[in-house]
Amino acid sequence: MRVKNPKHTWYSILLALVILAATIYLEFNRSKYGMAVSVIQKSLIFAVVAVAMNLLNGFTGLFSLGQAGFMAIGAYATAMLTIPVERMEAVYYMSGVVPWLMSLKRALSVLPEPVLIIIAMLIGGMIAGLFAFLIGIPVLRLKSDYLAIATLGFAEIVRGIISAPQLDQFTNGSYGLKNIPGFGSNSLSFMPDGFGVLLVPLFASTILIGFIVLVINSSYGRAFKAIREDEIAAEAMGINLLKHKQMSFVLSSFVTAIAGGMLAMFMRSIEPRAFSTIITYDILLIVVIGGLGSITGSVLGAFVVTFAKDWFLRFFDVPLIIGGFQVPFLRIGFRMVIFSILLMVVVLFYRRGLMGNSEFTWHGFFNLFRRRLKRPEVMAETSGGSMSPIIIAPGRDQAPAPLIPDPPGGEPEEEADEEAADE
Amino acid sequence: MNNIVLQVNDLTMQFGGVVAVNNLTMEIRQGEIVALIGPNGAGKTTAFNAITGVYLPTNGEVRLEDEVIQAGYPQGKMKKLYAGENNGKYGEIVDWTPDKITKRGIARTFQNIRLFKNLSVFDNVLIAHHMNMKAGLFRAAFRLNHAEETAMRQDTWELLKMVHLDDVALERANNLPYGKQRHLEIARALATQPKLLLLDEPAAGMNPQETDALSDFIREIKKKFNLTILVIEHHMNLVMDLSDRIYVIDFGKLIAHGTPEDVQNDPAVITAYLGVDA
Repeated sequence: MRVKNPKHTWYSILLALVILAATIYLEFNRSKYGMAVSVIQKSLIFAVVAVAMNLLNGFTGLFSLGQAGFMAIGAYATAMLTIPVERMEAVYYMSGVVPWLMSLKRALSVLPEPVLIIIAMLIGGMIAGLFAFLIGIPVLRLKSDYLAIATLGFAEIVRGIISAPQLDQFTNGSYGLKNIPGFGSNSLSFMPDGFGVLLVPLFASTILIGFIVLVINSSYGRAFKAIREDEIAAEAMGINLLKHKQMSFVLSSFVTAIAGGMLAMFMRSIEPRAFSTIITYDILLIVVIGGLGSITGSVLGAFVVTFAKDWFLRFFDVPLIIGGFQVPFLRIGFRMVIFSILLMVVVLFYRRGLMGNSEFTWHGFFNLFRRRLKRPEVMAETSGGSMSPIIIAPGRDQAPAPLIPDPPGGEPEEEADEEAADE
Repeated sequence: MNNIVLQVNDLTMQFGGVVAVNNLTMEIRQGEIVALIGPNGAGKTTAFNAITGVYLPTNGEVRLEDEVIQAGYPQGKMKKLYAGENNGKYGEIVDWTPDKITKRGIARTFQNIRLFKNLSVFDNVLIAHHMNMKAGLFRAAFRLNHAEETAMRQDTWELLKMVHLDDVALERANNLPYGKQRHLEIARALATQPKLLLLDEPAAGMNPQETDALSDFIREIKKKFNLTILVIEHHMNLVMDLSDRIYVIDFGKLIAHGTPEDVQNDPAVITAYLGVDA
């Protein structure tokens, strides 16, 4: 809705190049930065799931907690189809494999591995989408908490079915699946061995997040937002509630399942327990910390939360002795205490998440520093909008001077798209 | 005489033992402004909700240009409970959803403003064009419907100019002053290109100047968009000034209808509003 500053477009391109360069650097030095690589991989995967959840919770206003179930569907579909045929017997060592799955895998094994992985993920996504469509028919008539409980129930059912002993020959039940190809192990022949540890997840998540951003900025995205704002008014505007809720639910589940497949590749071995409700809460945490209704917020949240939880705070898990004095409390598990306290602090000071419901813009980014320099006047000027003491990206209503209307037909906030996709 | 746009036949809405609308019959002709008035709790908004598909009528039918859009008869438990009239006259159930009725040509506003508060004025109106969009999710996402989207934006822009909201087009709807929010709600309803516009207390909470402006505004849009309007209102000045005909209901029942002069002098109306002369 604002005039594009050509300078800002260049900044965006520059940022994308910097991120790409950093990724390539890490890619080539992956043995040196093992921890960083694995945390970034995890962050990218969680960013995708968080954005998909945000589409549902933040943009369509459907409080769904079924993410774990859809991730499990995607992860299992990907795992079952991509475990190398010759390893299958070893993985299903307890009860053997159903013959039809083996013949399907033999038929698919003519495909090169990267293609197979993509197909497996898409199949996982489609199965999840189909399930979402079917359970959406009864469940999406429910509102808020009731919808949350129904979808939570669905996720538990999925986990229950996967771990059922009756399905041991198919899902390997509670023994889990191993030997799933990881991100580096499936590179094409012309690439160096193990290449793609970071670049593959980066491109995959950029495509998935980019697609959701495109949907949100389309007319359908506006309809989703209308449903979030006021269902009754949306219906009076001719928006078919069930159809649009279904669309959002199916799309979100599809993307969530693909991310579930990526998670299976990241973990290399999965078991039903990995897809318990806790994983849903982790994602909900990322979405809320990032800001409901902000794509860049979800991406930022995924990185902040994953980095803090899995890396930076590790320091608190190690006993520390200074001059013969052991610092109290520092032991395994203390990191989570600090993490929880930090969460509370963040939620207290950024009530609507780090980004509120606005997206990252260069304008807001530079304003952040300007505001820091001359705080008193500016604070008086910009009341309203986000409740946070530090407004990272000001809402549309706060964008100053050169604000002339979008010429009809122009596409608003392209910048934000790129940002969301680039992170 | 012009064509009948909306025909309401024996409309009854009963909730449990409460008959909110009792046997309401009315017709609205092309180009009219008709008012539906009555004391608080008379069942005016309930009648609106039954017409726009929020409720299924307990008994009776609603026709838009002679097509049945809502019809019902007492079923299930209501068979025993039903306290209204004309039981057995209607034998079919037609239950269109509100979005389908909007698409067919009835737009409405709400008593307590229901805008998309966190979206811009422009987006509020733009959303009303979504229902006529032909492109599917994927085509829309990848901007393959560029011409369609451009046309939608163009139309929105023109409509905003027509209703004098173009200067605040990029404001967040929530930040508009109260009177403008009412205007925006009407503009948003207009964007669905209705044949019939239902206004539920458009002047609620407005001062006399704003009410006068609203009256002019309603006349203006009626002319510009070739509308037929049904309005619920409590401001008698506005009602008498604006409407061609008035229906008065009390306790769900129609007690009078006619021109403003007829209604003003009707003893039943005076009784309903002022109480019985002892």
